[in-house]
Amino acid sequence: MQATTLTTEQIRALIARGKLKDAIFKGLGIFCLAVALLVIVLLVSDMVIKGSERLTLDFFTNFASRHASKAGILSAWVGSLLVMFVTALAAVPIGVAAGVYLEEYAARNWVTEIIEINITNLAAVPSIVYGLLALGIFVYQFGFGQSILSAGLTLALLILPIIIVSTREAIRAIPAMIREGSMAVGATRWQTCRYHIIPYAMPGILTGVIIGLARAIGETAPIITIGALTFIAFLPPVPYTEISEGVNAGLFDWVMSPFTVMPIQIFNWTSRPDPAFEVNAAAAGFVLMAMVLSMNAIAIYLRYKMRKNIKW
Amino acid sequence: MTANNPSDLSVVSDRLSKKAMRHASERFIEALLFAAAAVSVLTTIGIVYVLVSESVHFFQNVSIIDFLTDSQWTPLFDDAHFGIGVLVSGTLVSSVVALGVAIPMGTIIAIYLSEFAHSNVREIAKPILELLGGIPTIVFGYFALLMVTPLLQMIFPELPGFSLLSAGLVMGIMIVPYIASLSEDAMRAVPMSLREGSYALGSTRLHTALHVVVPAAFSGLAASYILAISRAVGETMILAVAAGMQPNLTWNPMEPAATITSFIVQVALGDLPHGSIGYQTIFAAGLTLILITLMFNILGQWLRRKFRENY
Repeated sequence: MQATTLTTEQIRALIARGKLKDAIFKGLGIFCLAVALLVIVLLVSDMVIKGSERLTLDFFTNFASRHASKAGILSAWVGSLLVMFVTALAAVPIGVAAGVYLEEYAARNWVTEIIEINITNLAAVPSIVYGLLALGIFVYQFGFGQSILSAGLTLALLILPIIIVSTREAIRAIPAMIREGSMAVGATRWQTCRYHIIPYAMPGILTGVIIGLARAIGETAPIITIGALTFIAFLPPVPYTEISEGVNAGLFDWVMSPFTVMPIQIFNWTSRPDPAFEVNAAAAGFVLMAMVLSMNAIAIYLRYKMRKNIKW
Repeated sequence: MTANNPSDLSVVSDRLSKKAMRHASERFIEALLFAAAAVSVLTTIGIVYVLVSESVHFFQNVSIIDFLTDSQWTPLFDDAHFGIGVLVSGTLVSSVVALGVAIPMGTIIAIYLSEFAHSNVREIAKPILELLGGIPTIVFGYFALLMVTPLLQMIFPELPGFSLLSAGLVMGIMIVPYIASLSEDAMRAVPMSLREGSYALGSTRLHTALHVVVPAAFSGLAASYILAISRAVGETMILAVAAGMQPNLTWNPMEPAATITSFIVQVALGDLPHGSIGYQTIFAAGLTLILITLMFNILGQWLRRKFRENY
């Protein structure tokens, strides 16, 4: 019965000690948050300071070069955009369809359960393993080679779980009365999905798509693994233009073209011993960061807006 | 109802056939949607098939005993050695450094955001943390090599240009948002009544957070730690850029070393001929990587079951 013998003074001291510990922890929490934020600030400002001299129009319109001051990121950003195009084209329909199936159609049985466990597990698979999958299946088994198509499909598989999960979350937020109303006037299940569920879930789906693509555009490891080139001084053939004498490129020839992407260009420049390339790496890193962060910012804004606007 | 009128009958059967068409197209669409959902299962099957079939070829050339016990990793030299332990040591050391940063920092941020911070602070801090998680890893690699390593060299002058330490530290920062965000969600899911009970007994905020909220949310915290471990073990570009790619059997983070992932990158950069031993080696390395992450995932599931709290 120690506690009963405490004097008021002692209790006050005890409370003061508790409050002090609270304050210390609060300080620690703010400190840790500040460190995380400081890293972002340091990272961005370092790249801007080092790379700003190279951020001219030439930098965007020049090919990679052995001379640091002449090298640019033309083939890299064009490659990134084309790969993203293929990725979005493959991942969005499959991801949305899978999300709609799991939320609106799937029966609660073991098949559904296996699919769900699978999606969760795939989200934790290291990205480089997707590269190995693509190397074995897309590059050699299917014979797509080290092309934009292989890279786009690889990244599509990688971001599929992100799109499926966000589609499901967006659909789950739609109340049952919408479905009941639609079906009550005679719409089939698919008509309900096509004209009601998918349009209403669109902002949520879009958020997932943007976050997925932002992840894909910065992803390096799987693309290196399928064997993307690190030095490329040409662009994929533009459809219906002459590529060699008398031969015009087909509409889809660019899909099979060799390519490079932004992260690989940065990797290539950081791994060179000549410090002149550091500046290029900083500038290219800044461009990549700007792309990724603005995509993320759009997604965060969309989510924020969505939460505010929708009242069922 | 004049169903015995022949013209009416034809109308009815028309409608019925339309319904049958509708039914068929519904079925077709459902099958399409199911196929899309099945892509994830196919992906898993594809991963297992590729890793296992190529590794089988690899193990026809290299004995498993050598693979597990050799202390050298020189698969591309004439005098080839295949001791995966060398790559595993690099992977584990860098992961331990990263988790040594990420777990305390992430947990403290999560506790602070969920139990101490004003809701406005939380609303602003969480998206910014998410931005940190969205930075491409190649940019973190650049940061580790050209910013963190020189800074560390001011403290430890003997630190080489490539080291597991700087790569690991930056990797830790990269992982912080995953832990902070998931743990915070888990702690916020703890019912308010538990906190109120604790406060009513005279506990301070910190005491409540550490002795009531954290134990109650432990299964969620464990899940976030397991995800963090998976990230650390599978992270590639930071290590490929900043840790050097020399295979080196070491437990010292101040040395350069190769990890499983950075080795795969290194081999893939050289144009490897299909079917060569170098080609098969990266699949054996990939299989090892998957088995390590799988092991941690199983451990995590077990932890979660053991500590699951029900209210």
